[in-house]
Amino acid sequence: MPAVAGPAAQPHSRPFIRPGAPAIVLAPMTEPGKVLATFHVNGEPHEVAFPPHKTLLEVLREELNLTGTKHGCELGECGTCTVQVDGVPILSCLMLAVDAVGRPVQTVEGLADGPQLTELQHALADLGAAQCGYCTPGILMTAEALLRDNDRPTREQIRQCLAGNLCRCTGYLKIFEAVELAAARCRGEQAEPSKESIHGS
Amino acid sequence: MVLDDPTTRPAPRSRARTDAPWQHDVEQDDLEHIGKPIRKVDARSKVSGLTRFADDLTLPRMLHMKLLRSTVAHAEIVHIDTRQAAALPGVKGVLTGKDLPIPFGILPVSQDEHALCPDRVRFVGDPVVAIAATEEETAWNACRLVEVEYRELRTIGGIHEAAANDEPRLHDYGVRGNIHRLENLEFGDLADGFAKADHVRQDTFFFEGNTHLPMEQHATLAHFDKDGKLTVWSSTQTPHYLHKALARTLHPLPAHHIRVIACPNGGGFGGKSDPFNHEIAAAKMSMLTGRPVKIALTREEVFWCHRGRHPVLMRAKVGVSKTGRITALDFHSYLDGGAYGSYGTASTFYTGALQTVTYAVDNYHFRGARFFTNKAPCGPKRGHGTPQPRFALEVQLDKIACDLGLDPARIRLDNLAPRDSLTANFLRIGSMGLGTCIEKVVAGSGWNTRRGKLGRQKNGRYRGLGLACSSYLSGAGLPIYWNGMPHSGVQLKLDRSGLVTAFCGSTDIGQGSDSVLGWIIGEVLGIDPLGIKVVTADTDLTPVDLGSYSSRVTVMTGNAAMQAAERARDIVADGVAAKLGVPAGRLVFAAERVFDSEDPAKGMTWQEAVCAAEAKSGTIGTVGSYSPPPSAAKFRGGGVGPSPSYSYSAAVVEVEVDAETGIYTVPKVWMAHDIGRALNAAVAMGQIEGSVYMGLGEAMMEEMAYRDRTHKGNRIFVHKIPSLLEYKSPTTLEMPEVVTYVVEDPDRNGPFGAKEVGQGPLLPMMPAVANAIFDAVGVRVDEVPVSFEKVFAALQAKQAGKEPRFGPANDATGVPAVDFGESLKIKTPWQGGDGTAWNEPKREKKAAK
Repeated sequence: MPAVAGPAAQPHSRPFIRPGAPAIVLAPMTEPGKVLATFHVNGEPHEVAFPPHKTLLEVLREELNLTGTKHGCELGECGTCTVQVDGVPILSCLMLAVDAVGRPVQTVEGLADGPQLTELQHALADLGAAQCGYCTPGILMTAEALLRDNDRPTREQIRQCLAGNLCRCTGYLKIFEAVELAAARCRGEQAEPSKESIHGS
Repeated sequence: MVLDDPTTRPAPRSRARTDAPWQHDVEQDDLEHIGKPIRKVDARSKVSGLTRFADDLTLPRMLHMKLLRSTVAHAEIVHIDTRQAAALPGVKGVLTGKDLPIPFGILPVSQDEHALCPDRVRFVGDPVVAIAATEEETAWNACRLVEVEYRELRTIGGIHEAAANDEPRLHDYGVRGNIHRLENLEFGDLADGFAKADHVRQDTFFFEGNTHLPMEQHATLAHFDKDGKLTVWSSTQTPHYLHKALARTLHPLPAHHIRVIACPNGGGFGGKSDPFNHEIAAAKMSMLTGRPVKIALTREEVFWCHRGRHPVLMRAKVGVSKTGRITALDFHSYLDGGAYGSYGTASTFYTGALQTVTYAVDNYHFRGARFFTNKAPCGPKRGHGTPQPRFALEVQLDKIACDLGLDPARIRLDNLAPRDSLTANFLRIGSMGLGTCIEKVVAGSGWNTRRGKLGRQKNGRYRGLGLACSSYLSGAGLPIYWNGMPHSGVQLKLDRSGLVTAFCGSTDIGQGSDSVLGWIIGEVLGIDPLGIKVVTADTDLTPVDLGSYSSRVTVMTGNAAMQAAERARDIVADGVAAKLGVPAGRLVFAAERVFDSEDPAKGMTWQEAVCAAEAKSGTIGTVGSYSPPPSAAKFRGGGVGPSPSYSYSAAVVEVEVDAETGIYTVPKVWMAHDIGRALNAAVAMGQIEGSVYMGLGEAMMEEMAYRDRTHKGNRIFVHKIPSLLEYKSPTTLEMPEVVTYVVEDPDRNGPFGAKEVGQGPLLPMMPAVANAIFDAVGVRVDEVPVSFEKVFAALQAKQAGKEPRFGPANDATGVPAVDFGESLKIKTPWQGGDGTAWNEPKREKKAAK
């Protein structure tokens, strides 16, 4: 992973040490209280000046205008701010932005391949599993990681995986069904939602 | 216009990937889009993170605003010193109550709120000062520099305290003391009804308050531009009412200089239906600073906004015949309204309005009282005022069935309110599918063979089944302020490109109202709903729709959209008829074509048809509007309860209870919902499942709990748990398996027969859980939430040989002594009543504007 270096020759630069990771250098700005660093979000580098106590959530939304990542509590309770760092779902409201410097960050905006939605996105849209849509980005980032590791998740595994993502609209059922549908379609099956899930029993 | 002749319909065109590629073999009329699981018009945005909610918006030079809120529950404001805060670098504006002196409130009868408290705070969280700064943190820091001197007043903490203490009065309006509203309505002959009863039961119930907990925190962006026009983007369910409140409080700014845009709501459930102090303060701050101003509430502040479920104490007396037929109902409700009026007047009436819509009640007496207390104001939450009495009545019916040895399902089937009838309180019932709903859940759950027989399982736990029913409105029959204008308006613009744009004031809060417009217009015009451009919830651009509350949008916006679309179809038909030389009455609109029903090959594409019509008639625009049918109730208070139609629900819930601890789980739910007709199968299912979920949360765990007087220290009436973690709501792990039955009993007042979907099925969850607990372990919990501790306490009581029950004192001491005064006496339709109260003083009839 490339270490992100500020201009090392600057007299005020200092190393930021993250346990188990190579040291990166954050360059302080002329404006007091801000540092300069490069984030790798959805495969693209972004150079950002920001106060070092800002969370990854704040940098994504407020500095990069990637507002697809939501906030519901800013205390790590609701899961709406879930993004992937190093491919792992994390709560961006609990991660300091400096901790994400130099690591690949994936947000909901980077899921689709151009105009082509992922199977999981299609499945959520087909089933009406995004009602207000506010928790949906967090659900997507969590479930997408699950499907990458497990192409045939059981209902119980899906429940466990999404237990940290609150949704007030759907009762979760259409979300479970969408993850199962997407998994089947990813396996190449001609999967359709069950009649019961669309029209009732 | 021939629309529905199957013999002339061409095969549907092949569907694009954006349409649902599957079509199940279910019975459908010959409709192209209605009832099909088509995607919502905003589905792709929502699964791509591209939907822009209020806090996702930014403008150049935007300031961030914060509110300093009261730290005490009840006090006079002696002095506010903002000098230090205003001097902090980065601070651009400071507002206090004196800058916004005009009071407001959602209902004309309770204009009792100020954007910033001028002289008195009434609950912990009441806003006092607003500060805007270039950075959010600066605004927070500046708030800490404000000095507020309070002179604390004695607090009023709940229903009993408010009833017993007239002083200090929270407000100088209302009935007397801290009683905000008193209602006393008597329909029919109660004495006669009870005299005819073979069995009379009287019980006390309590329903604790709970809150909406939308995932999106409220946010507002206000911009007063250099041309003197104000634009407010907000997470509101009711842009029209916010527009009115802004016009009132920002006087003399003219109403037509104010534009309100309701952003897509990240969940509302009723919690974004009031005009809020932060919205008005942000607008004023933008006018003061000349810069855009945004406020995004913290999760804790969302708890202070509240307007959620009222805590309600209830005492119900029901008389029944030997066979369980209800002969009379005497119902008292006592509501803890919190610090302000909000929707409380309507909430109070709603605790008494719909009892008669589910079951036939020939003689009915309702008394309701709402109190002011020093807590966050209560208001409308999904089901508005009706889940509390529904809990009481459904548990009480279960007890009566038990007393008489009757089947709880049978007793309900025998009491069904008749379809196409007027109730004792003059509500007009149209289609009524509750009987079918009950039959579906009874059959599905194996009720007849399993109820009362599940008993102890291999794991040592006890299983039981509980049943309950409900009804709900498809929109309120009257607007919130008295006027004679339509409740919903839709405008259509037809473009030479073939584009149809629909303009409507309705607000999509996730329920899919934008899509309802698309589906209905698409069906009438025979075009792809996903190709229709929907512009909604913008007071500058869209005709008024009253808002997304009381499940009104599908019926009211839907009917308005249908009218506008039918008028557009007529104009297009004229143009096509002239061009083809075919009578307009023979034209079919389907599959993006307009063609001759007698010769389907003779026709043109939709776009060509629009051009032909524009050439003949000029620029094409149509309007549609909808007002509900007039109410049959003419007595004071009769304005709450009437609706174009009523939805019905029945639920069976299965529980598994640990008899040692009271801990229980809900493994399975069967829910049937009569919605008239599903406009979209998948979306209707989602609404029903969401209702089951939210009802389950209320049943098992959700409560708006405050520190009470037993708490040591000075944190009385501080919310105990204002966070998403500590305010318990069901996660994926608690969500049971749900078997859903969509019952379609079309109603003549609904578009394509549709009624309400998605509020009604919340209601039976709470009583069904309580009834299932009784079936499993033989104890009654007459309180919501039916939490584990309460089940445990009732089990303890049972073991000790006491009444196996947990709940408020089950006699007259359980409710406060309140003098309700003389009742308004209304003769029922079958007594020859005309909807007026025979002892009501003559009212000045206000002319509708």
